[in-house]
Amino acid sequence: MSDSRTTTTAPATGLSRRSLLKGTAAVAGAAVGSGAITGFPTIWAQNIKNITLRQFGTGVSNLNAVADKVKEDLGFTLQMTALDSDAVTQRAVTQPKSYDIADIEYWICKKVFPAGALQPMDVGKIKNFDKIVPIFVTGKLTPESAIAQGTAPHTVGFVEGKDSVKFAKAPTQWMTLIPTIYNADTLGIRPDLVGRAITSWTDLLDPAFKGKASLLNIPSIGIMDAAMVCEAMGAITYGDKGNMTKEEIDKTLSIMTEAKKAGQFRAFWKTFDESVNLMSSGEVIIQSMWSPAVAAVRAKGIPCVYQPLKEGYRAWGGGLGIAKHLSGLELEAAYEYINWYLSGWVGAYLNRQGYYSAVLDTAKQHMSADEWAFWMEGQPAKTDILSPEGKLMEKAGAVRDGGSFADRMGRVACWNAVMDEDRYMVRKWNEFIAA
Amino acid sequence: MTDTTASPRPSAAAGPAARRGPALLPRLAPYLQAAPLTAVLLLFLLVPILTIAAVSFWDYDSVRIYPDFVLTNYTELLTSPVTWKTYLSTLKYAALTWAITGVIGFTVAYFLAFHVRSTTWQMVLFLLCTIPFWTSNIIRMISWIPFLGRNGLLNSGLISAGIIDQPLEFLLFSDFSVVLAFVHLYTLFMVVPVFNSMMRIDRALIEAARDGGAGGAQILWNVILPLTKPGIAIGSIFVVTLVMGDFITVRLMSGGQSASIGLMIANEISLLQYPAAAANAVVLLAVVLLMVAAMLRIVDIRKEL
Repeated sequence: MSDSRTTTTAPATGLSRRSLLKGTAAVAGAAVGSGAITGFPTIWAQNIKNITLRQFGTGVSNLNAVADKVKEDLGFTLQMTALDSDAVTQRAVTQPKSYDIADIEYWICKKVFPAGALQPMDVGKIKNFDKIVPIFVTGKLTPESAIAQGTAPHTVGFVEGKDSVKFAKAPTQWMTLIPTIYNADTLGIRPDLVGRAITSWTDLLDPAFKGKASLLNIPSIGIMDAAMVCEAMGAITYGDKGNMTKEEIDKTLSIMTEAKKAGQFRAFWKTFDESVNLMSSGEVIIQSMWSPAVAAVRAKGIPCVYQPLKEGYRAWGGGLGIAKHLSGLELEAAYEYINWYLSGWVGAYLNRQGYYSAVLDTAKQHMSADEWAFWMEGQPAKTDILSPEGKLMEKAGAVRDGGSFADRMGRVACWNAVMDEDRYMVRKWNEFIAA
Repeated sequence: MTDTTASPRPSAAAGPAARRGPALLPRLAPYLQAAPLTAVLLLFLLVPILTIAAVSFWDYDSVRIYPDFVLTNYTELLTSPVTWKTYLSTLKYAALTWAITGVIGFTVAYFLAFHVRSTTWQMVLFLLCTIPFWTSNIIRMISWIPFLGRNGLLNSGLISAGIIDQPLEFLLFSDFSVVLAFVHLYTLFMVVPVFNSMMRIDRALIEAARDGGAGGAQILWNVILPLTKPGIAIGSIFVVTLVMGDFITVRLMSGGQSASIGLMIANEISLLQYPAAAANAVVLLAVVLLMVAAMLRIVDIRKEL
């Protein structure tokens, strides 16, 4: 692998003038087309086609459509590997040479970045940096909004220097991840089976749904859902749900254990498919869920709602990081790719799946006015809403769960987190699952 | 290893003591024959296990593992009530699965070995038993889920037959479904060795017992069962070790509601707590080895084969 690497970075020799001109023109044309002219010397263009960047991440954003479009717009090859969250964490830390671009979540970043597998990115090279949604820079959606609890992306978004692995308190020149995709999560319900309005996180433990509730069994995320429930019940007031004390962890999990022993839960799920199957088979009628899983249940013709709740949302975000070993031409290609990522096409693609993109202005240019109004402004669809692959997602007249972007992201109560007491929490979580 | 055994050969052949060459080769031959497997086992079994044992003493935080010698991984593991509870539930699964697969396996093997007279039919029926193995373990396991579910085939069948009014909740995501899946997956591992042992029993012994006035039950208990013991022991080792190490069956069939040792280790690995997982694995290995040793004490396989 390192062999092919050195050959790609070596200057190309024996290239005819004609093919050189052709190649340069094609790449330059594509770059103009995608609005990604960054002023690199043209010598670049001859070699860039030989470059392969290897990206891995969760299935949420590691889409072949993106790799195809990269080839088309930028000329180099992007290899995508989609893994589950656990595998992503492991690979990021234990096999740092096996990837060039890491597509990881912010709460995982808190674990991964200090391990030294990634290199900070120079903000000066990110063209649309000042257009990135402020949540990722200052933590606030609008200047007035409160900063949510948990591992908020801006707290792990910057490091102190070029070679530092220490997170900075305020924005610096060096960014850890470029935000790509994020969303606000809530409970999924079967409206036909719950038989009443669901308005609060406490409904997860409502005895009326005994044996019909489910929670996800990824401790770092599941504990946050549990905390949302306990806080909504008024049983616990947390200092910071995303960084609990031992007592808070004990109390939260004792409430959940009690519910488990009383038979509240039907199952705990770990993968996307499991949550879809639990819901569509009717084994479970209320559970923590991810928005594409809700869409997948609905795609089977089974009613399923991603229910906004009065206490707010539990949010998550992911971003692209550059592996430490990347340098030279490949590093330039990685920056080029990241600039392209924020230039709108991917943003529109993600927005059309119900997620949010990091730079909204550019995404808007790639969406129709009606699409923008439906996905981002919470307005009823004027025409049928199609998925990025062209499949029918919502009929005309439908309104998106949870309303507009500002309504959803403005009501984030906490972010997925890694706590200081992580090790203790995981032990207690395992006790809860085994109870 | 191969170096030390191979190096004397050319010198012996070329040197003055040329007569030792042909004499040495036959003595070395068995070792050379065993060498490839020994090398493979050393490289892919012993070295990883020693690594796991070493890592189990290392320290870790949420980001990295640190080479060290600490006992916290073991003390945290062994003093936690969860560990004991999990071992108890894993042992419960192992015991239940062993007992049920033992009875079913023995019965099926007995039928094949003593009731089916023609060898052709024995083979045909035996191959029939292996048909389920043409699909993957996980597929066969997952197919129970829609069958046993709240709105599954079994429940809707029972309801429409008027036997029950409410769906039976215990059918899925319970200990029942876990053990059911284990029995389904592992019974053949019991049938094969038991059948094999039974086929080796000299039929004259049974005739002699019958001539001596023994009844069917007496023959079964005093002749067939003792002679089948090695097969039962081998089958038991298969079933018990498989159940003790399993994590995916327990997770899928209990709906994540029950724990097993394998699941505990899988969780720890997914959270990058490698030293804790290693400690857990070492303890599990010790427990399983003790169980196997206990079984081998009851039945001396080498003597009986």
